[in-house]
Amino acid sequence: MKQPELDVLATDWVEKSSHRVHRPQNIFFAIQELWVKTLVITELEVRKLRHDSTDLFVRAVQPTLWLLIFGQVFTRTHTIPTGNVPYLDFMAPGILAQSALFVAIFSGGMTLIWERDLGVVHKFLTSPIPRVSIVLGKGLAAGIRCLSQVFFIYIVSFLLGVQLNFNPVAFSQVVLTILLGAGCFCTFSLIIGCLIKSRERFMGIGQLITMPLFFASNAIYPISIMPKWLQLLSLVNPLTYEVDALRGAMLLHGSSIYGFGVDTAILLLTLVILTFICGRLYPQVVI
Amino acid sequence: MTGKMDYVVKAEHMPKSWILETQELRRRFENFIAVDGLNITVTSGEVFGLLGPNGAGKSTVIKMLTTLLPLSAGKAYLAGYDVQRQPEEVRRIIGYVPQSLSADGSLTGYENLLIFAKLYDIPARRREKQIREVLEFMGLQDATHKMVRHYSGGMIRKLEIAIAILHQPLILFLDEPTVGLDPVARTQVWELMEQLRTEYGTTIFLTTHFLEEADSLCHRVVIMNQGKEMITGSPTELKASIGKPEATLDDVFIFYAGSQLESGVSYRETARTRRTSNRLG
Repeated sequence: MKQPELDVLATDWVEKSSHRVHRPQNIFFAIQELWVKTLVITELEVRKLRHDSTDLFVRAVQPTLWLLIFGQVFTRTHTIPTGNVPYLDFMAPGILAQSALFVAIFSGGMTLIWERDLGVVHKFLTSPIPRVSIVLGKGLAAGIRCLSQVFFIYIVSFLLGVQLNFNPVAFSQVVLTILLGAGCFCTFSLIIGCLIKSRERFMGIGQLITMPLFFASNAIYPISIMPKWLQLLSLVNPLTYEVDALRGAMLLHGSSIYGFGVDTAILLLTLVILTFICGRLYPQVVI
Repeated sequence: MTGKMDYVVKAEHMPKSWILETQELRRRFENFIAVDGLNITVTSGEVFGLLGPNGAGKSTVIKMLTTLLPLSAGKAYLAGYDVQRQPEEVRRIIGYVPQSLSADGSLTGYENLLIFAKLYDIPARRREKQIREVLEFMGLQDATHKMVRHYSGGMIRKLEIAIAILHQPLILFLDEPTVGLDPVARTQVWELMEQLRTEYGTTIFLTTHFLEEADSLCHRVVIMNQGKEMITGSPTELKASIGKPEATLDDVFIFYAGSQLESGVSYRETARTRRTSNRLG
């Protein structure tokens, strides 16, 4: 790895500054640094959330309406083939994924643009912190934010009679899926934020992408009843795999089509690729 | 103008080594050259001022030196580290107070400091002590656990400086530190900066367009115009250089930077400056 090189003129200044810890430079410490700094950024976001958590309650209204109105009505029609589960049970994981998608998309890029306009981003970019840690930290924080939606939607679903699986293993699978999914969509949203830099335009584009992501997925109807072109889109949509994993883990009689392993592997791979791209774009936010 | 500022004591002994050096520093944006071959050296322990009309390239220089903006050409060294090639090392030895807001309003002052203490790898056993010290130094003890959004403009500025000096940087960059502050808060910030220099030996690099500020605080200043260095020297030297015996720094500025009216400033930048003034005012 590179060693610091010093200009002769100021060497003594660097030596005098004893407050700095000498850090070895190798891959192990690089990963440790990445992880530690990611958690600091997550801590920052969680602390903000703790000071103002009204947003979480507001965000719970929309999925509740979906379940209460859309779900109840469509359960009566019996037009959508949902296998051995009632339609309301079928759509509950889809609505959870949708709700997490909205929270992640609007907590990512929106706050980035807001922080950029204020100048907070500048401060972080001049700190000794890997760019990828900023991105991952925000992704993880979005995941934690989305866990509140898990809580609300479990309650509403339970009250509506959805047969939920309360097995701890299954529940931790739900948590893991939500964290991964939120990480993916938050990072995706950060990438858009890095590129467009204006709040008004972000609102428009945010609306523009969340709806297609939602409808081109298996959230409220199975892929099998879609036209061919939409099926193709659904297969490259990470939301499909998030919903699929949730459907297997969240419902008592639910089943996943691709399997929990495949679903999480795809989400993880998506997260890694998006984080890498976003880490490269992030410093350009201030230019 | 300088009479009231006599309490600011300037260093009698100037250390010899350079802590900052730029060589033909250049930054080009798509259609114009913001910084055009700047050569400056800053001695460690001094207060160095970067002066110039709006749009002269001051903020661009600071952004390049703080690793926010890549250099188009030239070199810049901070404490011997190359800004382009060793940004990680540079980030550990600098403190930066941007012109815009850098403290988070939705956290308390303490939490703001805590996060940055962790980001700068200040060991857990020293964290509390260092945070307490810096809050005392800035006179913010009473506001420690108040939400920053309830701070006054002057308090926010002080907190921002506290965050920037928490890890005891060798050099502190301040971009227009007193824009929008009322005279009392402004004087306080000046005193704090002088104290910081004398007590901790921190080198201070600031941009400003208040000439009063430059005159009372800075050991040396460079006047920039349209990306170029017009003249460098101590305020006294500069006043002598224009050949008028009772010249003020204002005269010097007008002599070297000319009228400010023609220099182009973007709509966006003006909006940002106004917003900053609004927030701190």
